[in-house]
Amino acid sequence: MAQQTVVAERAALQVEPSWRARLRAITTPAFFIGPALLLILIFFFIPVILTILISLTDMSVATISDINFVGLKNYERIWRSRTTMKILKNTFIYVGFTLTLFNVGMALILSLITTHIPERVGTTFRTFWLLPRITPSVIYAIMWTWFTADAPYGIVNQFLSPFGITPKNWLNAQPWLVVIAANGFVGTSFGMIIFTSAIHAIPVDYLRAALVDGASTLQRIRYVILPMIRWPILFVVTYQTLSLLASFEYILLLTDGGPGFYTTEVWSLYAYHRALSNYFGNVQFGFGAALAAILVIIGVIASVVYLRVFRFSEMVAEPKIEVL
Amino acid sequence: MEVRLERLSKHFGSVVAVDDLTLHIKSGEFVALLGPSGCGKTTTLLMLAGIYRPTGGEIWFGDRLVNDVLPKDRNIGMVFQSYALYPHMTVFENITFPLKLKKVPKEVMREKAQRVADMMQIGHLMDRRPAQLSGGQQQRVALARALVKEPDILLFDEPLSNLDAKLRLTMRGEIKRLQHDLDITSIYVTHDQVEAMTMADRIAVLRDGRLQAFATPDELYNRPRNLFVAGFIGSPPMNFLNARLTAQNGQAIVEGNGFRITLPEDLGRKALSQAQREEVIYGIRPEHIRLDPDGEVEAEIYVIEPLGREDLLDCRLPDGTLLGVLVPSGHGVKIGEKVRLKFQLDHSQLFDPHTEQSLLWN
Ligand SMILES: Nc1ncnc2c1ncn2[C@@H]1O[C@H](COP(=O)(O)OP(=O)(O)OP(=O)(O)O)[C@@H](O)[C@H]1O
Ligand SMILES: [Mg+2]
Repeated sequence: MAQQTVVAERAALQVEPSWRARLRAITTPAFFIGPALLLILIFFFIPVILTILISLTDMSVATISDINFVGLKNYERIWRSRTTMKILKNTFIYVGFTLTLFNVGMALILSLITTHIPERVGTTFRTFWLLPRITPSVIYAIMWTWFTADAPYGIVNQFLSPFGITPKNWLNAQPWLVVIAANGFVGTSFGMIIFTSAIHAIPVDYLRAALVDGASTLQRIRYVILPMIRWPILFVVTYQTLSLLASFEYILLLTDGGPGFYTTEVWSLYAYHRALSNYFGNVQFGFGAALAAILVIIGVIASVVYLRVFRFSEMVAEPKIEVL
Repeated sequence: MEVRLERLSKHFGSVVAVDDLTLHIKSGEFVALLGPSGCGKTTTLLMLAGIYRPTGGEIWFGDRLVNDVLPKDRNIGMVFQSYALYPHMTVFENITFPLKLKKVPKEVMREKAQRVADMMQIGHLMDRRPAQLSGGQQQRVALARALVKEPDILLFDEPLSNLDAKLRLTMRGEIKRLQHDLDITSIYVTHDQVEAMTMADRIAVLRDGRLQAFATPDELYNRPRNLFVAGFIGSPPMNFLNARLTAQNGQAIVEGNGFRITLPEDLGRKALSQAQREEVIYGIRPEHIRLDPDGEVEAEIYVIEPLGREDLLDCRLPDGTLLGVLVPSGHGVKIGEKVRLKFQLDHSQLFDPHTEQSLLWN
């Protein structure tokens, strides 16, 4: 009986929505999402499509007046080239180590430390760590070449010689170490800021509850803080992977892909060299575009993998509001 | 576990949150910390939990001085106002978290968790996450997590303030019963005096970080030692009237604007012997006044607030003072009507207006 009433009431309430309401159900979301969609369209999709189109041609300085459609030839060339493997490996080394050691690892450690010491000390420390980011890249890179220069100039050598390590030009001896460290010290600050604010945003009751429940500092970090900042971590990992994949300015300034044959040449630098700064003056736009297109694909694959690994769908709760 | 606070204080910079607080809590006792917002209840509780370090004074658990003992070594259970259930853990993981940290074997852990969960009637919710529970269920999970480690002391920080009125009533009863059965020393922070009165064995009333009274609900209600306690305990609150106390023919007479009463002999004698001056504050609770044509006070009905079983009448005295009067419904009076009020004089309270201390109960 009671059930019947409820059903009847429901039916009575289910009025056909008017066309106005239906239109509004479309226009309201469009109004809010529209500007962002437009930006993505203009600055991401169109360039990507242009890049892919160019990558299907033989466009270069030599052929600029007579561009031919060459199909997948540029991709075939990349696939067959022996350099490709080397560049790919370099890219993995560069992105992998900078990301794990600095952009995420060091950033996490620093934000955890600076949120567990007195507030003022922590803030001061973080501010200092931001200095390289506001230093012009060229100056920052030159400073690193000075740091690592051979005796009698390099500071690194002066620190290490008391330990019996022979002075050398570190940029030549350990190019990866220097490239990763130079990038890392700048890259760390981004994650550090995001993680610090995420840690500060954890309601204090959770941390108190963890203390009362008997957690040591490390246990509290592992079981309470890290799970609660999983989303910012995913964001930083994804964002920094993509920006590292695309970034090459410090490598360009420090080693320019050397020393020697492609020792520190990463994918984006390779694309740059091929497409925009060829030594022989024959700039190959088509080939470079193909390289760039592959980079985009690698980036998309990486993002998808991250979303899976971090179980993104678990983190996103069902929306609490179902009508707009 | 017996708990003693000795001259405990806590300063945050120049803010004195808790000031010279001494409390002796008996083993198995249920004590409420009661006071208005910002009076230092939470601060006191967090010092007991070991999260805040006292600025001065001592905290004793039994014969152990715990000032420098870490929270994890205090064996306390705590229930927060926000519940503080870890959102990324299931109910089962939440409840067993304290055991997991202590490296209790899996089977023991499961068994204990099931036992407290059944006791709290949440055994069927073990696989849910906090976001998928109602407020009342979350509250029970929080309690289960506090109880699972078999604590010596239970601390509650306004655990019921986020629940609806009916559920609050149910949980009030349940917590009290649970505490009684388990016999765990409990300290319960609240700013709701009804909650404190109904649940606690003894109530510590705080104001601006200072202890105002520490007594049984009955004593706080019937024999308040100062003006603050008298006004804070009881709902609707006690009425206060400015008056003069004089001795006439061996009787104690209280006289104010529009009223004149003779105190019962024992109260009168006490008041006269304590009074430093003629001015006094006369206190009487709304439930101790009734409508009576022979009453000694004349007043006009200003507002009628029906409460169901009773009505609260706001009566205006000739000088404009409002007096709350609680009478059974069906009294038949209307707004604007002139009435006479009769005080139950043996429930009179008298306070010194300067020291705010009771003239009867010190
Ligand atoms: N971390 C802090 N830093 C500075 N002042 C604080 C801090 N914590 C509390 N106080 C101050 O100490 C006083 C007591 O605070 P407390 O949180 O103990 O109040 P409370 O009795 O629990 O109040 P409520 O009922 O609103 O929860 C307040 O004046 C508050 O502003
Ligand atoms: Mg509080």
